[in-house]
Amino acid sequence: MADSPVVTVHDRPNSYIGRSVPRPNVQRLLHGRGTFTDDIKLPRMVHAAYLRSPFAHADIKSINADAAKAAPGVAGVFTGKEIAELCEPWVGVLSHLEGMRSPPQYPMAIDRARWQGEPVVAVVAETRAQAEDAVELVEVDWAELPAACDMTAALDADAPVIHEEYGNNLCWERIVDEGDVDAAFDQAAVVVEDEFTFGRHTGVTLEPRAIISSWDPSEEQLTVYMSTQGPHMLQAIFAKHFGLEEHRVRVICKDVGGAFGIKVHTYGDEIATAALTMLLKRPVKFIPDRMESFTADIHARHHTIKARMAVAEDGKILAIDFDDLTGIGPYSMYPRSSGIEINQVLNLTGGPYTIENYRARGRVVFQNKPLMCQYRAVGHPIATAMQEALVDHAAQALGMDVVEIREKNLVPDDAYPTKSITGMPFDKLSHHAAKDKLLGMVDYAGLRADQEKARESGIYRGIGFACMIEVTSPSPMFYGVGGAPISAQDGVTLRLDAKGNLIVASGVTEQGQGAEAVLSQVAATAVGVTPDKIKIITGDTEITPYGGGTWASRGTGIAGEAAAQAGHALRDQVLEVAGIMLQSEPRKLDIRDNAVVDADTGNERISLAEVGRVVYYRADTLPKDYQSELIATRHHVPKKFPFAFTNGIHCSHVEVDVDTGVVKLLNYWVVEDCGTVINPLLVEEQVRGGVIQGIGGALYEECLYSDEGQLLNGNLADYLVPMAAEMPDIQVGHVTSPNSDSELGAKGAGEGGTGGAPAAILNAVNDALLPLGARLTVNPMTPERVLRALGKTE
Amino acid sequence: MPDSIDIPPVVVTATVNGERVSRAVEPRMNLVDFLREELELTGSHIGCEHGVCGACTVRVDGTIVRGCLMLAVQADGAEVLTIEGLSESGEIADLQENFKTRNAAQCGFCTPGMLMTAAELLAENPGAGRTEIRQHISGNFCRCTGYQAIVDAIEETGRNRGEK
Ligand code: FES
Ligand code: FES
Repeated sequence: MADSPVVTVHDRPNSYIGRSVPRPNVQRLLHGRGTFTDDIKLPRMVHAAYLRSPFAHADIKSINADAAKAAPGVAGVFTGKEIAELCEPWVGVLSHLEGMRSPPQYPMAIDRARWQGEPVVAVVAETRAQAEDAVELVEVDWAELPAACDMTAALDADAPVIHEEYGNNLCWERIVDEGDVDAAFDQAAVVVEDEFTFGRHTGVTLEPRAIISSWDPSEEQLTVYMSTQGPHMLQAIFAKHFGLEEHRVRVICKDVGGAFGIKVHTYGDEIATAALTMLLKRPVKFIPDRMESFTADIHARHHTIKARMAVAEDGKILAIDFDDLTGIGPYSMYPRSSGIEINQVLNLTGGPYTIENYRARGRVVFQNKPLMCQYRAVGHPIATAMQEALVDHAAQALGMDVVEIREKNLVPDDAYPTKSITGMPFDKLSHHAAKDKLLGMVDYAGLRADQEKARESGIYRGIGFACMIEVTSPSPMFYGVGGAPISAQDGVTLRLDAKGNLIVASGVTEQGQGAEAVLSQVAATAVGVTPDKIKIITGDTEITPYGGGTWASRGTGIAGEAAAQAGHALRDQVLEVAGIMLQSEPRKLDIRDNAVVDADTGNERISLAEVGRVVYYRADTLPKDYQSELIATRHHVPKKFPFAFTNGIHCSHVEVDVDTGVVKLLNYWVVEDCGTVINPLLVEEQVRGGVIQGIGGALYEECLYSDEGQLLNGNLADYLVPMAAEMPDIQVGHVTSPNSDSELGAKGAGEGGTGGAPAAILNAVNDALLPLGARLTVNPMTPERVLRALGKTE
Repeated sequence: MPDSIDIPPVVVTATVNGERVSRAVEPRMNLVDFLREELELTGSHIGCEHGVCGACTVRVDGTIVRGCLMLAVQADGAEVLTIEGLSESGEIADLQENFKTRNAAQCGFCTPGMLMTAAELLAENPGAGRTEIRQHISGNFCRCTGYQAIVDAIEETGRNRGEK
């Protein structure tokens, strides 16, 4: 065995790597034949609806559910206390985020509600409409409490303390201090300072979260259909908190209508829905409606940052110093914690540049608003926007061009492997090559000339750049080390069937980014079959190898590599048995286009279908002392580096209407280095979709709250999201620095777009407004805020 | 107590994807729930239930409507076409092919509504340019793609139809 010639996936003839093949699983979605969780009906299924707290902070004095229980179709009404009897509470802290604290959280509020939208009473009925009707009949006697909503004020001595036992509302604090920051500021030719505010926004997956839970008391088996990014993580969580063995919990994830980090957490209403099926012994479906999603889904971002940068005469960045504060709601989210976002900001800021002096403080604060946690590009938009705005600000103070100052400070491409000032190890990045490539795509001189000319006629256009790094494909150093049941490894099983088809099963999930396409391309290449021979299975804890799922841009880098290794193993198995059948040495054979061929000539010797037939039906024709195998499983976990960092550079071209404050997006360019590109078509639209989400945060999206903690715009009419008419075409280019931690060399590409866009647009808007003396340091840059910066409104 | 609980069901009879169907439903039931729950045509999706996202777009008597803003009873006697019927008729086979080759569907949740909306534009004006296409689909929210692939796919389909 394994004496076939050593080839990497890249050397294979008939390779599908790097080719823009369409996704194998897209046809059903195009024909309206997908299976999203809400499309599933189980026998005797009932529907849950939740009464949610109308207050940001209030005691529940009593609950009267008599009328609701008697309402038509109602199967049961349950309070937080009744649900808590079935289910252990959870604590959303990670042990490696030292000193972080968060109290036990129950699926539903018990005596006190701590945010507007917290589930309080569960009502189950024959139809969703009946359940919603009955929710209205539940009477709760509330005693409203003073709320700590504003995250900065939440730390004041006189602020209401949300968890009395802690004495104040601080969840976690981290301080980084490297080099001699004070000395660097003393020496600086120029010091620039800004105060940034990044608004609280949310994920708005078009498909809301969705769950159907089904308990079979005869076998003590819990089956959960769920729109999720991490089936095995949820399996572990359901098992742990309901006191079940993991094999008594099956999580099935069919089609997922977008996730972006929204569907990778533990939500009380979902855990409660699992408790409901145990109480009622009937399947229970719960789909939050859109308005509910606005206060029940995690929120993201919301930082206020005071930052300054010290720069030498020649433009060299001497030091960065910032103080970041973020509000996370009343609990840290489980199991990822709500500390990772700010941790990323502290780890990543300044990452593209050579910086020797660095000081940062991050504070995470409890408040009476929905929970905040990891959403696409976790911390990156904040780190990148702060860093890049400071760089532009410094360039302006020095009278230097914004490209020139970046050229001066970007880590040289030949300096890798290296470490950032915060200790992040980088394998191989390509900031200069990416910048050069971008400048080949953007007519920078032309844009500057146009800008000059347009200004003469009162038209204000701006150009903004953003250099960035992105965390992808994390090792166990991200979550596992902190004690969370989140696997950093992922597995792929390949099985050749009796007709020579390849059945691929993996622990990653598909939520539209193309994970299944990548698995298919890699497996096809590594084994030697055509993609039409492949069937991919994901999203079922009972039949797929154990793995973390799809988040943190890990599907391609981790499961892709497992597919490559499983492909080699299966190929060796096939060649071994084919060698016996053909009386040939396996190393003289190869598999190409679904057939075993002579490695030298490429002449077909035997088809894979024939190999399958003999192995499965006519093993009697094989030697008696020989047992063939046509199935192989391989796992992959990153070992060499804690993260497969990628890099990118963005350029945004905007026009600001100084009378209305509206920012018009004229053009957008991105160059991304995500290592080996498996499928350019998928990567490019992934980057574009990411940029558009970044544009949402930069210009439109914000959860607006009253002082009392009431969401003011919790619907899709008032909460603005990017729509097609306002979005620019986006040009994407690639530089390739393969990941040295794997044969495939791929890194992730899912989040760079979102991480970089707010920075590029912020800089472009400020560049446009420069002659008017206006400067914005806030996201989203709404027309009102632009006008305020221009002094045209209060 | 909400009034609707006591209101008796109303019979709705419509032709859906060419098939005559009849169901007794609550008067408050909207069209997309009727299609999904009563007829089990789950290709039309629900993204907001308040008329903004376009995921529920279906064709009623030749015009696209938001299935969450129309009541099932209003479709009594109407011809309703959903993504399932539109696919089977072959009317948008070229558009679907271009969506596939351009990667214009990611999670696919917006896709049926997007195809419905695009089909209307292509029927009216296959020569529509990118700006017009963007305007026409600007009532359909897609959270995954950059919209660009969708615009490409629609533009390409229109171009090919124009050449025929
Ligand atoms: S569900 Fe009808 S427009 Fe959103
Ligand atoms: S493809 Fe996911 S919403 Fe459009």
